[in-house]
Formats: sequence, C-alpha cells, structure tokens
Amino acid sequence: MLPEPAHPHGHGHVHHPALAHHFDNLAQQGEASTLGMWVFLVTEVLFFGGLFLVYLVYRSKYPEAFIAGSHELDVLLGGINTAVLITSSLTMALAVHAAQTGHRRTLMWLLVATMVLGAAFLGIKSVEYYHKFEEHHIPGPGFVFEKEHFANVQLFFSLYFLMTGLHALHMIIGLGIMTWMLVWSWRGIVTAEYYSPIEISGLYWHFVDIVWIFLFPLLYLLGRHG
Amino acid sequence: MSDHIVPTRVYYIIFTILMVCTAITVAVAFVDLGPLNTVVALSIAVFKAVLVVLFFMHVKYSTRLTWAVVVGSVFWLGIMLALTMGDYLTRGWRTYG
Repeated sequence: MLPEPAHPHGHGHVHHPALAHHFDNLAQQGEASTLGMWVFLVTEVLFFGGLFLVYLVYRSKYPEAFIAGSHELDVLLGGINTAVLITSSLTMALAVHAAQTGHRRTLMWLLVATMVLGAAFLGIKSVEYYHKFEEHHIPGPGFVFEKEHFANVQLFFSLYFLMTGLHALHMIIGLGIMTWMLVWSWRGIVTAEYYSPIEISGLYWHFVDIVWIFLFPLLYLLGRHG
Repeated sequence: MSDHIVPTRVYYIIFTILMVCTAITVAVAFVDLGPLNTVVALSIAVFKAVLVVLFFMHVKYSTRLTWAVVVGSVFWLGIMLALTMGDYLTRGWRTYG
C-alpha cells in the first residue's frame, strides 16, 4: 500500500496529507478545530453582546423614540431576510452532511446555494439601506425625522446601521469563506475523512444567522403594535 | 473520523420549527400584549438560537469541552447584561441625597 499523497515524517509511516504533525489523527485534529472555532465565536458573542447591551441601555432610556424608529423599518423585507438566512443555515447544515458522507457534487451545490441565499440577504439589506438613504434617515447633519423624538430616533438609527452594518460585514466575510470552501471542495481537498473545514465554516455561518435572529425582533418588531 | 453524522431529517425538522417560530414572532408583534410583547419576542429568539446551536452547530453531539465553552460564553454575556442593566434600571430608585 503506497498512497501518493504521502507525507514523509522520518518515522516510517504515512499520514493523511491534511493531518498536522502534532495531532494523533484526523478525529483529534477535527475536535481541536471545532473547539478553536468556538473560542473565536465566544469573542464574537461578546463583541455583538456589547452592541446589544448599548441597545438595551438606550432603549430602556428612550422607549418612545425607539418605538418610533422601529416603525420606520420594513417588517416585510426584514421578515423575508430572516427566512432567507434560516434557509441558508439549512443549506449550510446539509452541506456539512454532504461533506461528511463524501458527496462532493452535492456539497458544492449546497455551498453555492448558501452563497446565493447570503447574497440575496445582502441585496435585500441594500434595498432597505437605499430606502433609508432616500428618506434621509442616515444619522448625521442631513438626518430628517419629522415626528417627535428627533435626536433619540437618530440614536436608534445610529445603532440600526452599526448593528446591521457589522452583521452585513460578517455576511460578506462569510461569502468569502464559502468561496474558499467551494475551491477546496472542487480541488478535492475536502473529503469524507477531512471535512473539518466545512464544519467550522458552517459554525461561523450559523453564528451570523443567530445574530440576525436577535437583531430582527429587537430592531423591527418591538413596539410594532398600537 | 468516528464523528456523529446527523441525519438530514433532523435538519429539515429544525428548519421547519425555525420558520414557524419566525412567523409566530412576526404575528405576535402586531398584537398588543403590553410588556409581554418584549418577553415573547425575546423568548422566541432565544429558543430559535438554542435550536441552531444544538442541532445546526452540532453542540448536542459535541465534546464536554465544547459544551463548557458555549455555556461559558452565554454565562459571561449574561453577567455583562445583568450587571449593567441592574445598574441602569435601578438608578431612578435612589431616595437619598
């Protein structure tokens, strides 16, 4: 038995080409990758957590202004985007399954589907941003709000653009990661034995989905009634 | 690898629950429940997030160490939110001075 991707080690046996020298086997390496990704996601939880905290503090301080701000957002577009992101999380989860079971073509199609849905989310988001631009709801000297609570509604929109903007930036980075994974799947680097890259890319993608799961009710829905 | 492979059926079920929850949260937002609106919206969001973490992100099938990291992040986030809001929300209670 002489597999051609032999990785010379100087101690007489052959490893999977993706196995780093300091791990016993791919299963152990995969567990370490998953744990490492989670540790990164912890920093992301606290990063977005800080923004959610600022939102909570100001919302409790100026509840009427935040309700007035929420009413300016488009629930239909926000709702559609929530459905789009959840669907992209499904295609991502199925992509991990395809990678684990070694279905390379299915994996590639599911990665493409995830990217198309991610791009659709960003497209809808940019339509919403464009509406806000037209209505002069961009915070700054040009900000216009003809109802009550002018200054504090501006605060709401500052948080809206900061939080959804950073979320969108994470989506763009996610699209980059998916492109990278598509290339690795195409080249056959990802296999049923070495699917860890798809798994941890999926962790990132699902995390960005979770951030939106909280952003949508907080920004669009609260104070909607009455 | 001897890792757990989640059957696709599980993903479809979770996806359906997430979609139904999204529809419920939008519908409930237009009904006046008083302060309960916030409670319902955030409870549904937390429920959805837990489903994504456990099933889509495979934490249900992960090692104890991964569990500890995930629970730890939520715990520390909880400390940050609870202590800060505990300060801001009780400032009006001051009766001295």
